[in-house]
Amino acid sequence: MGILLQVRDLKTYFYTDAGVVKAVDGVSYDLKEGETLGLVGESGCGKSVSALSILRLIANPPGKIVGGEIFFEGKDLLKISEKEIRNIRGNHIAMIFQEPMTSLNPVLTIGLQIGEALELHRNMNKKEAREEILRLLRMVGIPDPERRIGDYPHQFSGGMRQRVMIAMALSCNPKLLIADEPTTAVDVTIQAQLLEVVKELTSRLGTAVMLITHNLGVVARHVNRMAVMYAGRIVEQGPAAEVYAHPQHPYTIGLLASVPRLDKPRKERLVPIDGQPPNLILLPPGCSFMPRCSYRMEICSKERPELRPVGDGHFTACWANMER
Amino acid sequence: MANDILIEIKNLSMYFPMTKGIIRQQKIAEVKAVDGVNFFIRKGETLGLVGESGCGKTTLGRCLLQLIRPTSGEVYFEGVDLCTMASDHLRSIRQRMQIIFQDPFDSLDPRMTAGEIVAEPLRVHTRIRGRELREKIAELLKIVGLDPSMKDRYPHQFSGGQRQRLGIARALAIRPSFIVCDEPISALDVSIQAQIINLLEDLQGEFDLTYLFIAHDLSVVRHISHRVAVMYLGKIVEVANRDALYRVAKHPYTIALLSAVPIPDPIVEASRERIILRGEIPSPIALPPGCNFHPRCPIGVEICQKEIPSPREIEEGHWVACHLA
Amino acid sequence: MADSRLQIEKPERKERGPVWDVFRRLSKRITAMMGLVIVVVFLLSALFAPLLAPHDPYEHSLADKLATPSWDYPLGRDELGRCILSRIIYGARISLLIGLIVISIGIFVGVPIGVVSAYFGGKVDFIVQRFVDTMLAFPGILLALLLIAMLGVGLHNVMIAVGISTIPIYARLARSSVLAIKSRQFVEAARSIGSSHLRIILQHLIPNSLSPIIVQSTLHMATAILWAAGLGFLGLGVSPPTAEWGAMLNGGRLYIRVAYHVATFPGLMIFVTVLGFNLLGDGLRDALDPRLKT
Repeated sequence: MGILLQVRDLKTYFYTDAGVVKAVDGVSYDLKEGETLGLVGESGCGKSVSALSILRLIANPPGKIVGGEIFFEGKDLLKISEKEIRNIRGNHIAMIFQEPMTSLNPVLTIGLQIGEALELHRNMNKKEAREEILRLLRMVGIPDPERRIGDYPHQFSGGMRQRVMIAMALSCNPKLLIADEPTTAVDVTIQAQLLEVVKELTSRLGTAVMLITHNLGVVARHVNRMAVMYAGRIVEQGPAAEVYAHPQHPYTIGLLASVPRLDKPRKERLVPIDGQPPNLILLPPGCSFMPRCSYRMEICSKERPELRPVGDGHFTACWANMER
Repeated sequence: MANDILIEIKNLSMYFPMTKGIIRQQKIAEVKAVDGVNFFIRKGETLGLVGESGCGKTTLGRCLLQLIRPTSGEVYFEGVDLCTMASDHLRSIRQRMQIIFQDPFDSLDPRMTAGEIVAEPLRVHTRIRGRELREKIAELLKIVGLDPSMKDRYPHQFSGGQRQRLGIARALAIRPSFIVCDEPISALDVSIQAQIINLLEDLQGEFDLTYLFIAHDLSVVRHISHRVAVMYLGKIVEVANRDALYRVAKHPYTIALLSAVPIPDPIVEASRERIILRGEIPSPIALPPGCNFHPRCPIGVEICQKEIPSPREIEEGHWVACHLA
Repeated sequence: MADSRLQIEKPERKERGPVWDVFRRLSKRITAMMGLVIVVVFLLSALFAPLLAPHDPYEHSLADKLATPSWDYPLGRDELGRCILSRIIYGARISLLIGLIVISIGIFVGVPIGVVSAYFGGKVDFIVQRFVDTMLAFPGILLALLLIAMLGVGLHNVMIAVGISTIPIYARLARSSVLAIKSRQFVEAARSIGSSHLRIILQHLIPNSLSPIIVQSTLHMATAILWAAGLGFLGLGVSPPTAEWGAMLNGGRLYIRVAYHVATFPGLMIFVTVLGFNLLGDGLRDALDPRLKT
């Protein structure tokens, strides 16, 4: 499989009254064609910002992409013109968001909204577009599409709206689908439905997926590879099975240990990660995770660890050597 | 029943009327947020209440505390019915029952300092003032793991986890015996959730607290609860001891809910079978006839469309509201 | 102690409370700072008028009437030979007084109406709001003229009239912010603690709805000064010898061709002060915006 997306040393900063927020600070990763990559981390770790940076959707001011390269099918998305990036958005790279209600226009029917993309990017006429919309709605599992095509977003439930968003995102057969916390706002039973739809459709269409989430469980079922982010940097990266079985970064280890698991006997006590999430304006020198780390050594406060290989395609940014 | 029961609710219902017009209000429909719920909570135990958004679990918690006066039914707290109690009398009962909110960013007054927030219940209910009050504030902050020197800071200067600790300190200030924890960790970062759960467990032991723990995350509920109640569309569909519920769930909704919880392990996930429920939760304005769950139920039969199943005790302490269980 | 308490940590950064915070944000906006400087100068001259004014504002000397600006009388003298600079400085007192009283009437009557209306809701809200609608529909200037016709010409009546006409604006404003705050969890938290209605209103609702009211009253200061000047100009405000900007403007109007300075400087003062309050108000609106708090 060829490499579809290459992100190199991406840096996106926000310039606020209180100081410079280094939301993404030197992030690099690859995404192969048809692959599903999980980007995991807590709120504020930079996972969403790094995805929005790919499409240059960072509000400026206060945000700015200050460095790095993003190669998509050989082109550096940070260097192309505004017109070219607009053609990439929606057409080659599509995105779905956490809250579908805010990304759908409340005064247009969903038929019109999906049709807009088809007419814009695929040069369809009204009649062809209508057929295609019905096909898409059927594909994402919306019952009775002939009737629902004229409905407005508020007439759909949360889960159904997210299906509409998926239909819209896949309408132009994008090469890459970025799903930013697509199931955070819906319930577990609906979450299961939606993730199955995304998985099924993208594997059929050969779409690569970047799944951004804070939920370690979601990633486990649906991704091939994963990257764990902390304080604007990737701290661990590798094949999902490998990362879950042998986590190498203390943060990943801590996260996996801190959540109660239904498939294991109940523990008397949870093992939390100490401390508070980092303040991105006042990051400590050296490793950002150091203040909360139970493996910290002297070097951690002085030098920042870079990603280093610890296994087949498995990288960690930590000075400590973990047992395997 | 035994007198170790702290709270018992009987046939509790909360219907929100939907009205038209302002001067002459006409009722056009009702939202049955809570519909004929019965359960009890023993002293010192944690009852987990799980369900999806809109199932009425939050409203149930509010009704229990009489923050919303329920439409009908009884809530006995130490044998006294709160539903028939006058508002000003309730105010003194509030010392014994407290609530911890979901959103630590919304539940603290942004214009008050940490110290003032924690002191408010003491100002309302006690005559403690001055130096004694300051000592009390410091003690409370220490109890929840915050540095007492942070008492003059404002909520926005705290992280999410620290704010939730403040919310807990406020709830503890007047030494209640019962606390409703309304999704206390779902707005927190994953790495912070375990800290707060451990804190709640420690406090329960230390101050002899009884919890109603409302959540949608079944793995967390299993960790913290002694018994678990599952709610669907305003009704309790299953109540059981924690281990029984997770080992031998009987209601098809509970079973589906359990199977939908993602497990952070690709190998386990690959071999797990997931019951994908059809459709979505119906609107509580237009409830289906018969069992609320039948339109989505994978095993439903004819009777489910006609008759509302009443809860049956299938084993000691394990109640299920399903025709087929 | 259990490991759930191993949390104790020190503040990372020294902060100084909300007032300092707002000032810090305000200080980053040039226009707002200009407004603040103008307003501070205005306030200081009103407060310390007797110390700042070079002459007695009422001392007249017909021999020097309409004298052009000079070293001793920097802004010249008016039609009765009084020092214009001193009169302007004293005039600031009247403007400030008018502004404060007008706003106080608006806030002390309007805000409680709005808060009660929003907090209790339902029928109370409906009735109060129709009353407010009626007041809003009544033109303020007409109300002012009506009161003056009924109670006679005079500063007090002007202030009462203008003050009354601002009541519905504050009632509306307070109502809308309380409606937003009422549904927040900290208000429910206060109820769950057992706080009384009065405590909830005074401790939680009013402090949290102050931002828009502060902004509005800053902007209203400007409006009140204009109103007072306007009514003063029409001869419906202060009685003659009193130094008041609108009356000064009117007095100088007759001599605009022979002595530009008599009308120009009071006019300029009105303009600059109103501009200052408006700039400060806009700046405060931005600085108090809760969305900026991160």
